[in-house]
Amino acid sequence: MLFQEITANTNNYMVAGYAVAFIVMALYVASLYVRTRNLNRDLTTLDEMDKPSVPEKPSQSKPKKTAKPVTKKVRKK
Amino acid sequence: MQSKPVILKIIDVLAVILLGVSTYFALVKAPTELVMGNVQRVFYFHIGTAWTALLGFLFASALSIIFLFSKDLKWDRYQVAAIEVSLVFFLITIALGSIWARPAWNTWWTWDPRLTTAAITELVYVAYFMLRQGIDDPDRRARFGAVYALIGGISAPITFFAIRLYRDIHPVVIGAGGNPKAQGGFDMTPDMLTAMFVALIAFTVIFIDLYWNRIRLGNLEDKVEQLKLKVTM
Repeated sequence: MLFQEITANTNNYMVAGYAVAFIVMALYVASLYVRTRNLNRDLTTLDEMDKPSVPEKPSQSKPKKTAKPVTKKVRKK
Repeated sequence: MQSKPVILKIIDVLAVILLGVSTYFALVKAPTELVMGNVQRVFYFHIGTAWTALLGFLFASALSIIFLFSKDLKWDRYQVAAIEVSLVFFLITIALGSIWARPAWNTWWTWDPRLTTAAITELVYVAYFMLRQGIDDPDRRARFGAVYALIGGISAPITFFAIRLYRDIHPVVIGAGGNPKAQGGFDMTPDMLTAMFVALIAFTVIFIDLYWNRIRLGNLEDKVEQLKLKVTM
């Protein structure tokens, strides 16, 4: 009993160590996820901006009423 | 939006499973160290993250050589990914070491050669990202980054060999050389060795998984950058 070593109670440090390791890894994974999501949003927006504008189909647009051209009638003499 | 390759999905799942297995081996299967108690169990994650981070920094140096010869920006993206993941892993290594040191050495931090070189390595790669932030031209940024990463890579072997060259308070657990100044060293039982090897395998797979995901993010960044230029022109 005289030379028996007493194991130190260091449980709190162990818990702190594993908590730090898991939190740092989780934060990094979350940062990868958020950055990827934001870039995908940017990509969608930029793709829409990059699309060439489609001309309107003639059937869909109603013909506009235009004023009659003013022409001078030539009177026959 | 690019769909994930099936192999990457498998590695994602495998990484999570191996992290759980490694935690189980470290917390349950490995015996409690007689003097230090349960805090010694952080050693398995400490070794696992340190191993992958230092290899990651060396790998990034090799990638920078390839970039300098090929001038292909693809290699620059691979290099950035390797350094970013290694930086995160090395941060965990330093934090775990500090937490272990408090009960083992009665201090959170001491300027022992291993701790000093480890802190310098971490700061060297933090500065790498600061350097990149300061350069707008992608080609110039990649060239400067490659040269910096190549020189910075020297810090990884210096950190590894620091405890073998300058024998101080940090113990050499693997291939111990009988350092009388070291404090907190221990002889590993077969169960402890098993837990250590499981941690090494687990963190290697986790590193590969995160690295691949980071490369995909880099490719996406590049695509968005190209499209921005196209739209604004």
